[in-house]
Amino acid sequence: MGEATAISTPVSADATRRGVSESAPVRWALTAVALLFLALFLALPLVAVFSHALADGLGVYWAAITEPDALSAVRLTVLVAAISVPLNTAFGVAAAWAIAKFDFPGKSTLVTLIDLPFAVSPVVSGLIFVLLFGAQGLLGPWLQAHDVKIIFAVPGIVLATSFITFPFVARELIPLMEEQGVEEEEAALSLGASGWQTFRRVTLPNIRYGILFGVVLLNARAMGEFGAVSVVSGHIRGVTNTMPLHVEILYNEYQGAAAFSVASLLALLAIATLAAKSALEWRIGRTGGAR
Amino acid sequence: MTRAGSAAARRRSILPGFGITLGVTVTYLSVLVLIPLAALFFKTATLSWAEFLAAVAGPRALASYRLSFGAALAAAAVNAVFGLVVAWVLVRYEFPGRRFVDALVDLPFALPTAVAGITLTSVLAKNGWLGRWLEPHGVFIAYTPLGVVVALVFIGLPFVVRTLQPVLQDLERELEEAAATLGASRLQTFRRVLLPALRPALVTGFALAFARGVGEYGSVVFISGNMPMKTEIAPLLIVTKLEQWDYAGATAIAVVLLVASFALLLAINALQRWSRVEPAA
Repeated sequence: MGEATAISTPVSADATRRGVSESAPVRWALTAVALLFLALFLALPLVAVFSHALADGLGVYWAAITEPDALSAVRLTVLVAAISVPLNTAFGVAAAWAIAKFDFPGKSTLVTLIDLPFAVSPVVSGLIFVLLFGAQGLLGPWLQAHDVKIIFAVPGIVLATSFITFPFVARELIPLMEEQGVEEEEAALSLGASGWQTFRRVTLPNIRYGILFGVVLLNARAMGEFGAVSVVSGHIRGVTNTMPLHVEILYNEYQGAAAFSVASLLALLAIATLAAKSALEWRIGRTGGAR
Repeated sequence: MTRAGSAAARRRSILPGFGITLGVTVTYLSVLVLIPLAALFFKTATLSWAEFLAAVAGPRALASYRLSFGAALAAAAVNAVFGLVVAWVLVRYEFPGRRFVDALVDLPFALPTAVAGITLTSVLAKNGWLGRWLEPHGVFIAYTPLGVVVALVFIGLPFVVRTLQPVLQDLERELEEAAATLGASRLQTFRRVLLPALRPALVTGFALAFARGVGEYGSVVFISGNMPMKTEIAPLLIVTKLEQWDYAGATAIAVVLLVASFALLLAINALQRWSRVEPAA
């Protein structure tokens, strides 16, 4: 995922004649099948979010996204992303530096371990923190004695979100930095630059679009995570409800229009994410892979 | 993860910062991922063998695995077929709005799963945009296992398309031309030349979509109806057990899911090596 897609090869009548492309009716049929499939599975739900959100009029929409519980959910979602995004970005850069610029034993195992959170079910990701910090958990009695709340509180939500979004920046940067090699950095160092100067002036400009790309995806997932957060949050309204959890509560209370109103904010975030991603891909494609 | 460009010369690197970046990486990885995951196995170890077996292999648990794995398999198969068509059309054909459609393919990565869940449910429910046409004809999707498959098709589609696209782009046209020159029909060329070249990427995309589907929760819980033995997925059973304070039971089922996802992760890594060793040409 997250591969930059390059410009495709256009079809010409000439290609059809040479037998390396399909005849026009086949092309139309395949295009129609692909577009119909995407329209049904992707476009229709996206349109439905906004349509359902506005079903009871703008007044209901506005009320739903400005009531105190919704606002506190927005605040919590932004807070959680504001913590886990910088944390995982810093980690991703450090991990990519060690893995892409150096050779050491156990490197491929480390890369596999970094990918691990993507393979774990969101529910299991939440569960492990409950087992560690929950009331019946391994550290539960100690935490209770010292009056520290992690599960059913904000720290648990931050932990679960950070776990889920852990690999995004690292897995974007590792292939990019491996491809770039070490020659430029070595040249800078031999010219007398310090290690930090080399990183800031040579490496960082080379990988900034890669970082941005990872951050865009990481942020979308951090703000939208449901399963893991749902397990650790305890669903306390106005306190530990993130936006996706607030959507769930409203939906289960049969407040459809309100649920879709809050959901539409998340859908807007998704659209902004897709736009940013395409713009970055275009940029990376134009500048020759951000080299 | 590519290992392209890893030069042997790097062994004696003059670059600084190896110790500290590796230290930070390993520490952060251990604290946030490895130690919490170890807690899962630690908790399981407190169960007796009989207790573990009762939690893992009870009829309700078995039904939930059947649904989770079965629906994920069906959805991955649907995505393999339609994902191939979508990737093919996006790479090979020109049509207005292609860039927009290409960007839209990533929607399931960007849209929060809970939003996808409530939206698919409302569209397919009795009064929904599609449900009101389908249900009179006896096609019930919402609150049935079919609904689970639909949600997982949504979630898994980009994995197949995004795995296939780069391989399709790098495919050498000369091979197809040669096949055509030798008298192969377009369909024969596709079956004998293109499909074998695309197979590793197709299988990898299928496996990624399947792995994601097995653990998926947010998009499924709304549409599935959550009836024990019928439409209850394994991740939901974990949540249910947690809500009943049955930590041991939840943990046991989580171990089953986790072991399955480890196995899939290793298989996918092996597959990705295969698709690179056997380049598409």
